[in-house]
Amino acid sequence: MDFETIIGLEIHAELDTKSKIFCSCSTEFGAKPNENTCPICLGIPGTLPVLNEEVVNLAMKAGTILNCEINKLNKMDRKNYFYPDLPKAYQTSQYDIPICKGGYVDIEVEGVKRRVRLNRIHMEEDAGKLVHLEDEESSLIDYNRVGVPLIEIVTEPDLRSVDEAITFLRTLKAMLEYGEISDCRMEQGSLRCDANISIRRMGQDTLNTRVELKNLNSFKELQKALEKEEKRQKELYTFGEEDKIKQETRRWDSAKGKTVPMRSKEDAHDYRYFPEPDLVPIIINDIQIQEIKQALPEMPMEKKKRFEELYGLKEKEIDIIIGDKALSQYYEALIAYGTNPKIGANWILGNMLKFLNEKELETDQIPVHPEALYKLTEMIAAGRISITAGQEVFKEMFYTGKGAEEIVKIKGLDQISDTADLERIIKSVLDSNPQSLSDYIAGKTQAAGFLMGQIMKASKGKANPQVAKSLLDEQLKQR
Amino acid sequence: MNIEKMTAQEIRGGIIEKQFTAKEVIASYFERIYEKDTIIDGFLTLCREEALTQAAGIDEKIKKGEQLGRLGGVPIAIKDNICTNGIKTTCASRMLHDFIPPYDATVIKKLREADAIIIGKTNMDEFAMGSSTENSAFKKTRNPWDRERVPGGSSGGSAAVVSAGMAPIALGSDTGGSIRQPAAFCGVVGLKPTYGLVSRFGLIAFGSSLDQIGPLSNNVKDSALVLEAIQGEDKFDNTSVKHSITEAYMSCIEGGVKGMRIAVPVEFFQSGLDEEIAASIKESIEKFKALGAVVEDISLPITAEGLSAYYIISSAEASSNLARFDGIRYGFRTEEFGDLDELMEKSRSEGFGEEVKRRIMLGTYALSSGYYDAYYNRAQKLRKKIKEQFVKVFESYDLILSPTSPVLPFKIGEKSSDPIEMYLADIYTININLAGIPALSMPCGFSKTGLPIGLQIIGPHYGEDKIFKAAYALEQELKLIAMQPML
Repeated sequence: MDFETIIGLEIHAELDTKSKIFCSCSTEFGAKPNENTCPICLGIPGTLPVLNEEVVNLAMKAGTILNCEINKLNKMDRKNYFYPDLPKAYQTSQYDIPICKGGYVDIEVEGVKRRVRLNRIHMEEDAGKLVHLEDEESSLIDYNRVGVPLIEIVTEPDLRSVDEAITFLRTLKAMLEYGEISDCRMEQGSLRCDANISIRRMGQDTLNTRVELKNLNSFKELQKALEKEEKRQKELYTFGEEDKIKQETRRWDSAKGKTVPMRSKEDAHDYRYFPEPDLVPIIINDIQIQEIKQALPEMPMEKKKRFEELYGLKEKEIDIIIGDKALSQYYEALIAYGTNPKIGANWILGNMLKFLNEKELETDQIPVHPEALYKLTEMIAAGRISITAGQEVFKEMFYTGKGAEEIVKIKGLDQISDTADLERIIKSVLDSNPQSLSDYIAGKTQAAGFLMGQIMKASKGKANPQVAKSLLDEQLKQR
Repeated sequence: MNIEKMTAQEIRGGIIEKQFTAKEVIASYFERIYEKDTIIDGFLTLCREEALTQAAGIDEKIKKGEQLGRLGGVPIAIKDNICTNGIKTTCASRMLHDFIPPYDATVIKKLREADAIIIGKTNMDEFAMGSSTENSAFKKTRNPWDRERVPGGSSGGSAAVVSAGMAPIALGSDTGGSIRQPAAFCGVVGLKPTYGLVSRFGLIAFGSSLDQIGPLSNNVKDSALVLEAIQGEDKFDNTSVKHSITEAYMSCIEGGVKGMRIAVPVEFFQSGLDEEIAASIKESIEKFKALGAVVEDISLPITAEGLSAYYIISSAEASSNLARFDGIRYGFRTEEFGDLDELMEKSRSEGFGEEVKRRIMLGTYALSSGYYDAYYNRAQKLRKKIKEQFVKVFESYDLILSPTSPVLPFKIGEKSSDPIEMYLADIYTININLAGIPALSMPCGFSKTGLPIGLQIIGPHYGEDKIFKAAYALEQELKLIAMQPML
């Protein structure tokens, strides 16, 4: 039996603002617990929210790059529920009138293009974080995150495979990063994803019962959880037990590698939404929308086109570089200093990604400044050091932070390009290898390769191969 | 020093003229408080030390020849739902019995800037829910005119201490009549300003779209003086509005009512209104006519409908506003609990009083899915209609007159068993909050039994200047200021 998988995603992205949505507390990640709090975000009785306009601007920007319709008359609503991480016992969010409606993201998986429609984007505030201590009866609460602005992006159930879901999220992440809307650090929780998944028989056009998956904190987890849930549902359908699929929320348990039930539809909260009386309506005019449009930074697709036209890279190479905003910025900086685009791409896609991986660093934490890498590529281009030596130098630069010049000097890696020096080495190699020399003269031209190897060996790899080769050829002709 | 008869202006003037010092003023008010509050029970917290320190600062200013603020050296009592930095703010609830705010409400900041001296926090109905101050978790405040009777509510403590001469001025809050009704019951002047004129930042919310802070005083000019000090746009309150004429109350207050067009809705004088109150209001109407105002009967058929809309909207907002009191971060926490849910449930069950719980239940129900349209949405539509009706009246009239309360101050315990009867006490005041317009209650006479009667003067949005003009003119004519309760 052939099945089709139907997936829809709900993405929460923390907006890249300096201060929180309703007060002036910092949104900086990694502060000491409860350091970034004040009476307003702690919901101390009597305090009131004041909307940070930057939140509206970033939400509008997200709507603009994601092809949404921007609502001009907006309001905030209260979503009421009790939980200790929510100090006001309501989350200020948007209910029936989100700031952005509709919209879409185009993706491509193995040559198949798909337009993934968005349902809505709305603005809301984040909640705090409970810290459960082992072997302790009580839990601790960190309210640093409370009031950090979020947008929630909801897709239509348009994704047809796990791969498509992953590709969609990658594409969306890059767009939010390029748009400077969110820094999208999944490991810090600034990009979070919930997924709705259902299965149906191929050709069926109605939707079956869906399951909501939560706690998908990385691409890997998203993929594993979706695959697992897809398999579970397919099996139930295969054995005619599809009635066991309930509309419920399941939590992905990464340690156990499976989804576990969290709550059923019957347990769903009644959030008692109503308009937030402490905030006046948010009115957006055409001029604001126009200003946002005009000030949009370059998006991944535009960058891709530009890279194709300017740099002559392979599509796959471009996709890797532009798929990561920080990496593409690094690449462009490197090219701007003067490194050849093709050579620059080779460095980044080769050694750089390898070492980042080894050191478990993010692409915005590259320890080698683009200018430093440019200097290294220049040394190689100018023949000062060999490519092999260059790779050694780069590793040293990456791990110690030293400059190429310094490393080359310390390690004595400068190539010997001086004709007199090289002629001396060549002479001694020829003198000590009379057999190879006579082989060459006898017409065995491959002997030249062996002799070249001996020259490199004698020079401890420092002989400039091009210069040495031409000098050797001359010498051989004379003998 | 005969302090209980002094106006805020006289106190400030006396200090500037060096007839007495601010310290002497504070000392003599506390003398009176210690003597009289034992029988009135209007205060929940007194801040004598802080007040004396602040008074010393004022006296220092005088010595140095510095200018005094608008309320320089004037003692003021604050309703206990307005946050005062470092001073307990309980909302008269067990839930907040030990809550000490870490910040000052905007009105408190403004009062301090105006050199007013906070002398204490006053009793109220728990979380401002009630019309008699009997819903306080801590004590029952008595009406200075008859101590068997309630002072009204929910700002009953503020009204009672002003009436009893224990403070020349006080702040209250008004969600459906909570300044005006106790003002009427205690024979003082109470103003609910236009929604948005005074910042709500620091007022512990009951019904956010209805709440407004306002002054209680012994005379109309003091009311205008306090409003001048506390009004104005606040960057911490998104719903506060800047309005350009707000500074000019005192300068035009003596302008009189000649040529003013005043409307009297006939519906406000139908069944349920005490006859003595009706007669007294009609007397005032005649006075206004004599003073040169044009007074006409109009029809404004919204009185009863408004009551249901009000109880749905205010309770819905309250159910959300009061949800943060969960025993987790501050305030009351139950002794024993097994898990998180039990901790929150028991803390809320034990920490809140009956009336508060009743309104939380009502509001939660009104917002529940499936009932939202039938209750909350319908109430909002009705609210819009009510506002439009008032706006329409104010296209042809400057002011509207009505009784403040349909009944005279009732006896302690008389209505506390019947919430509906209690709710009816707000029938003339709640529509004002729904419309967001200003209204003032002032004494306009006394019953045969010597209980005060309140007249409500209602103005258009930002029409406080007109209200003050009319109220001041009538006050001069009635000459009731001299009337003080015998204590």
